Amino acid sequence: MNSLGLSKRPQDTRVVVAMSGGVDSSVTAAVLREEGYDVVGITLQLYDHGLALQKPGACCAGQDIYDARQVADRIGIPHYVLDYEGRFSQDVMDDFADSYLRGETPIPCVRCNQRVKFRDLLSTARDLGADALATGHYVRRIAGPQGAELHRAVDPAKDQSYFLFTTTREQLEFLRFPLGGLTKPETRALAERHGLEVAAKPDSQDICFVPNGNYAEVVAKLRPGSVEPGDIVHVDGRVLGRHKGVVHYTVGQRKGLGIGGIRGQEEEALYVVRLEPARRRVVVGPRRDLARSLVMVRDVNWLGPDLAPDLADSAGIEVSVKLRSAQPAAPALWRAGPDGTARVELLEAQHGIAPGQACVVYKGDRVLGGGWISGTAGGVAEGVEAGETAA
Amino acid sequence: MTAPFVPSFRRTGVYLDHNATAPLKPEVKAAMGQAMDLVGNPSSVHAFGRSARRAVEEARAAVAALVGVKPAQVLFTGSGTEANNFALRGFPGHRLLTSAIEHESVLAAQPDTERFGVSRDGVADLDDLERRLAGSDAPALVSLMLVNNETGVIQPVTDAARIAHARGALVHCDAVQAAGRLPLSPSDLGVDLMTLSAHKLGGPTGVGALILAEGLEPDALIRGGGQERRKRAGTENLLGIVGFGAAARLARDGLAETADLATLRDRLEREALTAMPRARVMGAGAARVANTSCLMLPGLPGETQVMTLDLAGVAVSAGSACSSGKVKPSHVLAAMGEDDRSAASAIRISLGWTSDDEAVDRFLTAWIAMARRSAPVDG
Repeated sequence: MNSLGLSKRPQDTRVVVAMSGGVDSSVTAAVLREEGYDVVGITLQLYDHGLALQKPGACCAGQDIYDARQVADRIGIPHYVLDYEGRFSQDVMDDFADSYLRGETPIPCVRCNQRVKFRDLLSTARDLGADALATGHYVRRIAGPQGAELHRAVDPAKDQSYFLFTTTREQLEFLRFPLGGLTKPETRALAERHGLEVAAKPDSQDICFVPNGNYAEVVAKLRPGSVEPGDIVHVDGRVLGRHKGVVHYTVGQRKGLGIGGIRGQEEEALYVVRLEPARRRVVVGPRRDLARSLVMVRDVNWLGPDLAPDLADSAGIEVSVKLRSAQPAAPALWRAGPDGTARVELLEAQHGIAPGQACVVYKGDRVLGGGWISGTAGGVAEGVEAGETAA
Repeated sequence: MTAPFVPSFRRTGVYLDHNATAPLKPEVKAAMGQAMDLVGNPSSVHAFGRSARRAVEEARAAVAALVGVKPAQVLFTGSGTEANNFALRGFPGHRLLTSAIEHESVLAAQPDTERFGVSRDGVADLDDLERRLAGSDAPALVSLMLVNNETGVIQPVTDAARIAHARGALVHCDAVQAAGRLPLSPSDLGVDLMTLSAHKLGGPTGVGALILAEGLEPDALIRGGGQERRKRAGTENLLGIVGFGAAARLARDGLAETADLATLRDRLEREALTAMPRARVMGAGAARVANTSCLMLPGLPGETQVMTLDLAGVAVSAGSACSSGKVKPSHVLAAMGEDDRSAASAIRISLGWTSDDEAVDRFLTAWIAMARRSAPVDG
């Protein structure tokens, strides 16, 4: 058994490494190369970096392709660039824009992993005769009795399991994440030891195709004419002001509402409670109106042990769930429903749960699965709050 | 750090991408090595300069002899792409018509270039050209390549020139992929301008030529010096030009070898199609140069094929690679009526002076293994 869990000698094991040009995937390639694997580097050109605004620190720009090639030359592996602009635009950017216009807060990085890296690139890796596809994600793949399991990274600050919940069992069998047991400083030290020029390159912070974090601008560019102004309305019905488009807002947002000075009763701060794109309304209210204890999810991907159907329907299973990438996981009861849906009952109400984000399910460090948040309920207000088109 | 690791296949690989660039011939390398000892600037008055000038002019004569023109009709450029740009930008006010399968350096040289179509076999549609020419009396320049770089299909340049000249149009021919593979003469073809490139002939990269009909005066491409009849200023690329001259001499002597390439190429295609009946040879119904094969394997993207073969130590290409190395679906195959999927699933195998039976065998072994592994999706 080699270090990737395959019963072959490293030199007979072909591993495709998805190289973004950043330090993580560069180190992934260097480490596997050093172990003697037949490493093939592939960099995806995801969008025309000449058209999108250039900015340092985000992934996938022209500089990143150059960096990836430099690293490949340095460590002595073949390297290829694949043009995925068409499918990225269709499968990730269009979805991103449409999701925002539905009043949701999408996570395009998950879509990119799901529809580009782990579907199309993985298929290309198989065509190339590879035994595995390795990425620089901070997450652990652990061989379990019932097949590969997905676990949180050792370094909680870098854990990227939230972004990988759509990984299927079949994909997980083929995937490898050599950095899952490392901390970022350890990765950077390895980059330096291998003499990689990207050792000190900054981490990407934003969504790669959204320069300066201005999502609304990108949505307006992708869907011209779709960003329309409307009213900012208090939950009690009062119209408080105007907004330039619901895409500028996300549920739970407090700052930058454009209604400076206006506060609720008892001088409470106001938050975005929900978005109503069809009526072009941004609904705001005090923090207590954000509290939700029930989350509806759709398009569930399940990586955990098979659940007995009756158990899934009635009792549910005790798990912890993460409803935003930056939030800690919270205890909840997971009840699988029909057609890939589930109901998630939070033991304590949470604030600012946004449709379009992911609900990722953990048992300890293990990722059991997850789904997309389609709606919430069980707070102060009754009934399901959702993006208006959400099921 | 140690020197970069060089995989063994990089040292022992099979090179079947002569249409991208041919390996430098040893005689060319020797001639360029000698030229490295030349000291002077060819424009200088002194004896050093004169000896450099002599080397340039000897090379010019050799290139001229390859295509049967006078040395004065040869203008050296920095590449075939530059020569194509030179030709298409040299006649302002002319309406430009090119075939849809030209090299990007013709298609993109000027905005608003009109394109005429090709048949399913990749042969220029001269009825389409004639109709378009008949539509206007404006002065025109028609550009048609002699050999397509992706399919190897020989284009009806003589007929195109006759049609164009009957309408008073100028005719340019990109003969980059024809030189050394077909007897080549602008006057026999009846064209006014012709593009050549050294590195497709076993010469160095970085040097090309534009052949001009006598008396034809395109606008200068680069100004600021008297070189190349004041039309392409800048100190001559002495080493490159000497290498071009040496390659041109060899090409003229070596046309007979192309028959052997045809034998190799035909065997390659025959055995590939026998092993994989779902594969297709593009342009097979048309006359082709001996060295080129455009082989489509439905269901497997050409770029994946190129990568797989590269990892097996066999170098071929797909579409036309841009500077980042990424591959676009072939506009040539699209113009031949192939849908996007098919146009993106072909590779180009191009043989040359280094190719032999062993190279073809190694290609076939790798290609057949790859084709068998890929599930037939739509084939």
